[in-house]
Amino acid sequence: MLQFLIRRILYMIPTMIAVSIVAFIIIQLPPGDYLTTLVASLAAQGETVDPARLDALKDRYGLGQPVYVQYLKWMKGILLEGDFGDSFGWNRPVSDLIWGRLALTFVLSLASLIFVWLVAFPIGIYSAVKQYSIGDYFATFIGFLGLATPDFLLALIMMYISFKFFNQSVGGLFSPEFQEAPWDWARVVDLLGHLWVPVVIIGTSGTASLIRIMRANLLDELRKPYVVTARAKGLPEWKLLFKYPVRVALNPFISTVGWVLPTLVSGAAIVSIVLSLPTTGPLLIRALLQQDMYLAASFIMMLSILTIIGTLVSDLLLAWLDPRIRYE
Amino acid sequence: MASDAQNSNALIEVKGLKTHFFLDEGTVQAVNGVSFSIDRHKTLCVVGESGCGKSVTARSILQIVDHPGRIVEGQILYHGDAAHNSAGGEVIDLAALNPRGKEIRSIRGKDISMIFQEPMTSLSPIHTVGNQITEAILLHTEMTQEEADARAVELLRRVGIPKPEDRLKAYPFQLSGGMRQRVMIAMALSCNPVLLIADEPTTAVDVTTQAQILELLDELKAELGMAILLITHDLGVVAETADDVVVMYLGQVVERGDVDSIFHAPQHPYTQALMRSIPKLGVSRHLQRLDSIRGMVPDPYNRPNGCMFGPRCEHFMPGRCDAADPPTIQLATNREVKCFLYEDEANSGSSKFTPAER
Amino acid sequence: MTMDVRTPSPTIARPEEYEDRGFEHTESSVSVASQWQLMWWKFRKHKLAMAGGVVTILLYLIALSVEFLAPSSPGVIRADYTWAPPQGLHLFRQTESGRVFDPYVNGYKVEIDPVALKRTFVIDEEKIVDIGFFINGEPYKLLGLWEMDIHLLGSTDVDLPVYFLGADRMGRDLLSSLIYGTRISMSIGLVGVVLSFFLGITLGGISGFYGGAIDNLIQRVIEFIRSIPTIPLWMGLAAAVPTDWPPLRVYFAITIILSFIGWTGLARVVRGRFLSLRTEDFVMAARLDGANEWTTIWRHMVPSFFSHIIASLTLSIPGMILAETSLSFLGLGLRRPVVSWGVLLQEAQNIRSVATAPWLLIPGLAVLVAVLALNFLGDGLRDAADPYNR
Repeated sequence: MLQFLIRRILYMIPTMIAVSIVAFIIIQLPPGDYLTTLVASLAAQGETVDPARLDALKDRYGLGQPVYVQYLKWMKGILLEGDFGDSFGWNRPVSDLIWGRLALTFVLSLASLIFVWLVAFPIGIYSAVKQYSIGDYFATFIGFLGLATPDFLLALIMMYISFKFFNQSVGGLFSPEFQEAPWDWARVVDLLGHLWVPVVIIGTSGTASLIRIMRANLLDELRKPYVVTARAKGLPEWKLLFKYPVRVALNPFISTVGWVLPTLVSGAAIVSIVLSLPTTGPLLIRALLQQDMYLAASFIMMLSILTIIGTLVSDLLLAWLDPRIRYE
Repeated sequence: MASDAQNSNALIEVKGLKTHFFLDEGTVQAVNGVSFSIDRHKTLCVVGESGCGKSVTARSILQIVDHPGRIVEGQILYHGDAAHNSAGGEVIDLAALNPRGKEIRSIRGKDISMIFQEPMTSLSPIHTVGNQITEAILLHTEMTQEEADARAVELLRRVGIPKPEDRLKAYPFQLSGGMRQRVMIAMALSCNPVLLIADEPTTAVDVTTQAQILELLDELKAELGMAILLITHDLGVVAETADDVVVMYLGQVVERGDVDSIFHAPQHPYTQALMRSIPKLGVSRHLQRLDSIRGMVPDPYNRPNGCMFGPRCEHFMPGRCDAADPPTIQLATNREVKCFLYEDEANSGSSKFTPAER
Repeated sequence: MTMDVRTPSPTIARPEEYEDRGFEHTESSVSVASQWQLMWWKFRKHKLAMAGGVVTILLYLIALSVEFLAPSSPGVIRADYTWAPPQGLHLFRQTESGRVFDPYVNGYKVEIDPVALKRTFVIDEEKIVDIGFFINGEPYKLLGLWEMDIHLLGSTDVDLPVYFLGADRMGRDLLSSLIYGTRISMSIGLVGVVLSFFLGITLGGISGFYGGAIDNLIQRVIEFIRSIPTIPLWMGLAAAVPTDWPPLRVYFAITIILSFIGWTGLARVVRGRFLSLRTEDFVMAARLDGANEWTTIWRHMVPSFFSHIIASLTLSIPGMILAETSLSFLGLGLRRPVVSWGVLLQEAQNIRSVATAPWLLIPGLAVLVAVLALNFLGDGLRDAADPYNR
């Protein structure tokens, strides 16, 4: 198990390096460099640019030097000092801006993941055990609908319904009085009260696909001979169902975290933009539209790393649950 | 349906069993009027080609026929003895029990247990061997977990698994095919059953292991005093292990009797053809031409009229064999054949066997 | 103990009796059917897939003939018709001689909200705008070949525009935009999938056919791409598309970005097939026969899983459509004058517009229908791709 753990963590390192390179390439893609944009934006605000400061910046980001030097400088800043560069759009260090938002994104994605599991698991079991029942058809239909509806459309519809029929807005994660308040118990409760709307919206498509996966897996497992063996032992049906096929079908279910998580993070980004939640989404799109590239790249990199860590956790969980992988 | 009602030694009496599968395409009559009995302490072999309904017959006894199959007719009488309290000496009709009910569950794994063809897939891949063996013990007895573990170790040792204490924590995929089948046997024996149903237990293991497994089953039968119902398509296995033999074709019993008379004086044309398909020792390869049965097993949705074997039979009598279902004719005690060829003898009261054509 | 089948010896060959005894059955038609026939039979039984197929064909037919179907072109701005609500089409008119076929819609009247001092359009039952079928309007080239100016339906009065599905903030006709959007949205899925197809089949094929180190490398790359949240990555890449590019170039740039990520799923399918086929006897036989790799792959392996590829392709079109819609909705994808369903939904981005003009969500319905239809179709194709597996 320990060997497995170490191997998995070692595998993760090249992936993370690749993520940082991709993020850096994205910074480099737009024409012109960061400094030109900065000078332009400062000039637009009527400020003059101090040549000494310009040189300091040039030195800090390695501008004018080869691309790989710039990349190494950026990485060195992040790894050694936690310095992600400056956001010229906000005129503040990127690290000031991202952590709080990343934390909320993490909470939102995690809550959506839990929601997806809690809903998909029992419905998937029901659909498989009662195959071709009315409930199964209904779940399948809802599942297809959930898969076909883009997250943001669902968010728009929810917004419209709550505005039209309940005359209230569903945006945001906090009530106005808690918007800027320091963290305390009351603020957490307030957050939970607001969280469920985006969680349901983000979770819908994931739930739909997981129901289908759980159903298909369980149907496969129900036909396996070991189920007959267990039945021949005299186990009651429900006990048998949960001890054997459901337990075995749980494994691929757990491993789906690996690919559900990226979709959830994606969903969280786009839904947050529609519902204007204080997570990474709205800030990311603003950064991208303004070509505030250090901020954008830092977001993309950190979101990806969060996802990779999530995948790692799901791999470990799977290994813990499935001896076939543990002893591989 | 002739049966051995007089046979007081019968443990299980199957009478006119019909198990059908209801599919969209039509009804498959997998088992269509099967009668035989399993004697105490004896090994009964059921032989036949694949698809003849032998597995379904075995599963019907435990009421574990897969959906959409179910028993539609017939009786499976279980003459429990006092030693096994779930029956308490009374006769239970297993076919009449609810497949999901408590009664049949208390018999499964305790009075009657079963081992399967594929030891890999018949064991759960993610539960330890110990967990799967002790499950039935904990379910059917009052033993504690420790006692059950001790019993499992003892069972594993008995079926010939080295270092049984260590194996308790092993997973099936860590064992070889032969070892897995031994684990299956240990699991089936955990509650000292009176009947062990073995559904092609040696098909999926290699030849040397096959012999070992069969030997083990034979030893265990003698030691524990249980009866064995062995399902197989391998006539060699039958010759080696059986006391009595039931030959099945397309969901029906075509012939039954003790192993000697089946092998030395087969009566039904199908059994005769089966016997001719065994290669014989000592006969030069140039002289011996291995026989096979002509034609193919008919489509399950389109069964022939009259005798099921008619279309492939050498003695096919037009107007008779395809007109009506042949009767089951009792040739001697515990000796039956389902064929028109023997009808006249039965009517004339003669019990003389027609010598098998060889 | 073999029980193999041998041809009956002459003495017992009685075919006519075989028939008498119920041996002749309808299997014969199944046993001579080609693989494609078997698939078609299986597919036909799948009702939802059939429906999905019909809707998909309809959508692509619409995409081909947008100029004829749309009452006007999508870019026509009429600032004095801001957020005009949908006008219901009436086919019959009540006259003295009874109901006659004479299509019309009711006109608008302007109401001023006394509190918000806002101008809103409401349907005026008194006003009547005549509607005609096959009317002459703006000229266009059907399928880029025939010059025509006939439109399926529209207002007979050039100065009185009609809005069957309402108007957006700029007074543009939603129905026309929706129909034009069908062309872009449906085609971007198709083009994107074709690009992914080449990437996926090449890389997946190399991975599965050769195995070993190169397989390992490609698998790592696939795992890597799949582990990145797609929307932020797409956003990052799409944001790098220069704003001054012409629409056509943006269209292809976006398609390339989408397929850059979309190919991984297809590559996995292809690789899995190759891996399982590599050890099959017929592939071995082809190799022993001296067939070179190219022949082995294209003559022997690909045809055996081609149907699976088609099913996977169909199933990946909806993903492309959804991705394009999301990007365009965020303002990072296509931009006017190119109109896709996502571009149209951008109008519905804030709650104020949605609250005043809920019909702006109708393009979302189109997305839903298209994605559902393609999913059902793909599902049916996938089932049918295995005609022997019941």
